[in-house]
Amino acid sequence: MGISEADLIALWTTLKLAVVSTLALLVLCTPLAWWLARTRSPYKVVVEALVALPLVLPPTVMGFYLLVLLGPQGAVGRFFETLGLGHLAFTFSGLVIGSMLFSLPFVVQPLQNAFSIAGGRLLEVAATLRASPFDRFVSLVLPLAQRGFLTASVLSFAHTLGEFGMILMIGGNIPGRTQVASIAIYNHVEAMDYSAAHGLSLILVASSFVLLMLVFTLNRRFKVVNLA
Amino acid sequence: MLKFDFEVNRGEFALAAKLQLPNQGVTALFGRSGSGKTTLLRCIAGLEKVPKGYLEFNGEVWQNTNTFLAVHQRPLGYVFQEASLFPHLKVAANLLYGFKRLSKEQKKLQPDEVINLLGIEALLQHYPDELSGGQRQRVAIGRALLTSPKLLLMDEPMASLDATSKAEILPFLEKLRDQLRIPIIYVSHAIEEVTRLADHLVLLDAGKVVAEGEIQNILTDPNLPFIQTETASTVLKAKVKQPLTSDGLTELTLGQQPMFISQAGLEQGQETRVRVMASDVVLALTPPQDTSLLNCLTAWVLDIQPDPNPSQALVRLEVGNQRLLARISKRSLEKLALEERQLIYALIKGVALN
Repeated sequence: MGISEADLIALWTTLKLAVVSTLALLVLCTPLAWWLARTRSPYKVVVEALVALPLVLPPTVMGFYLLVLLGPQGAVGRFFETLGLGHLAFTFSGLVIGSMLFSLPFVVQPLQNAFSIAGGRLLEVAATLRASPFDRFVSLVLPLAQRGFLTASVLSFAHTLGEFGMILMIGGNIPGRTQVASIAIYNHVEAMDYSAAHGLSLILVASSFVLLMLVFTLNRRFKVVNLA
Repeated sequence: MLKFDFEVNRGEFALAAKLQLPNQGVTALFGRSGSGKTTLLRCIAGLEKVPKGYLEFNGEVWQNTNTFLAVHQRPLGYVFQEASLFPHLKVAANLLYGFKRLSKEQKKLQPDEVINLLGIEALLQHYPDELSGGQRQRVAIGRALLTSPKLLLMDEPMASLDATSKAEILPFLEKLRDQLRIPIIYVSHAIEEVTRLADHLVLLDAGKVVAEGEIQNILTDPNLPFIQTETASTVLKAKVKQPLTSDGLTELTLGQQPMFISQAGLEQGQETRVRVMASDVVLALTPPQDTSLLNCLTAWVLDIQPDPNPSQALVRLEVGNQRLLARISKRSLEKLALEERQLIYALIKGVALN
């Protein structure tokens, strides 16, 4: 059981991917979840269904479409090439886009839930207390939805750590550049190097466990409001 | 002066209210549930955006076809049926939520005054979920007051409270009415609250304004349902002449006539209100000399109205420029041969201080 330098790089890539895509998702999904929680638009169901799609689609299907879209022949890939940035397949940016899409429902749904509870009457009260819409969001919605944000971050982070099929499809197997831990493990097993596979697997199990422990401890220590 | 004209049409529910309300005292919006009183209050606050509505407060237009002043820009306080305190903030922070958002010149009421008025000093460091229903509602009232509103809107602030908590809140509401010089619009479907608090009453039914006027006129109006109920009563205005007589009573004057009550704690010269039930008034042609009743008012018979109970009749009386109701049996009515404009003595069995 040993950890090679390549394994360490794969772990680092995994960590980077999880952090970047989680942060990007939190920023992008906050307004989307807010809209979903408050709108009465008939298109709400369409958007909700689209957001939930990654839950049911096989990761290979999404990975396949992304590969087509982000590659040199795809619409998005070509657009990036004309910008002189190069297409996105087999790149770290491509992986971030892929894992964001993959974890989308895990961020939107807890946030939407938290917003729909934190909104309504309390926002009306705040309006009668002279708080502007933005003020209401910052002073009420954000603190009241902190449990939702915590849940969304952990789910997205953990989900990215465990991602496999989609990453394989869009090129997450270039050692040193896009290879992530789950794929490195798969390679070790294919090469019958069980000892290396054990090493990496153990690290993933332990780090996921510590992460979850940390979250539950934080949740217990601080007064996180339960509105339900 | 609050002037408005709202029309809401939502299929099954319709509301049409065009009114001018006085700029002082408590105006009750009274009616059954579903009569549109909460919707009307929400329209006034701007929580409900009615197209083509009109609202003017003290000459400032808050809403017309081109204008709609956002809720947070209206100088009003709103107390909701449930206290709706912010659960992540302690009582102190809840109280100051609106206060902090005022400019210096807007801060007319100070936290200490409001905390004293509502008796909530001991609660400041607690979270809302540690308070009783009545305490929470007092904090919610304090939070609204601390925005130094020019208009206070209250939506059945006692409806979700048990009897004990209600008894705890009512005196505070009366204090508010007597000490703050701001108009209060109070939504309620409980006539006891209305008779205790309101100076002015708007009766709503099925989204329409059925009647509107001074509380005494409304309560004694023969064309309105109040007079037709078991609890027909009236509210008389009186002044405290002597807070403590040698034998422990409080002497009030009603016009020029004395009235005694057993309540203590009033101040000399204070304006007060007493509620008198129609069934607690006894009529006599001559002033009785030897009874245990303390209060005997000289009154004129205004007219005689039928009572829901066929053996009874309601006599409407005038005491000075105020109105009193007496429920007596038809037999007594015949025996006394009562006629309109007749001088009579009204003996009052029970007086409840409002």
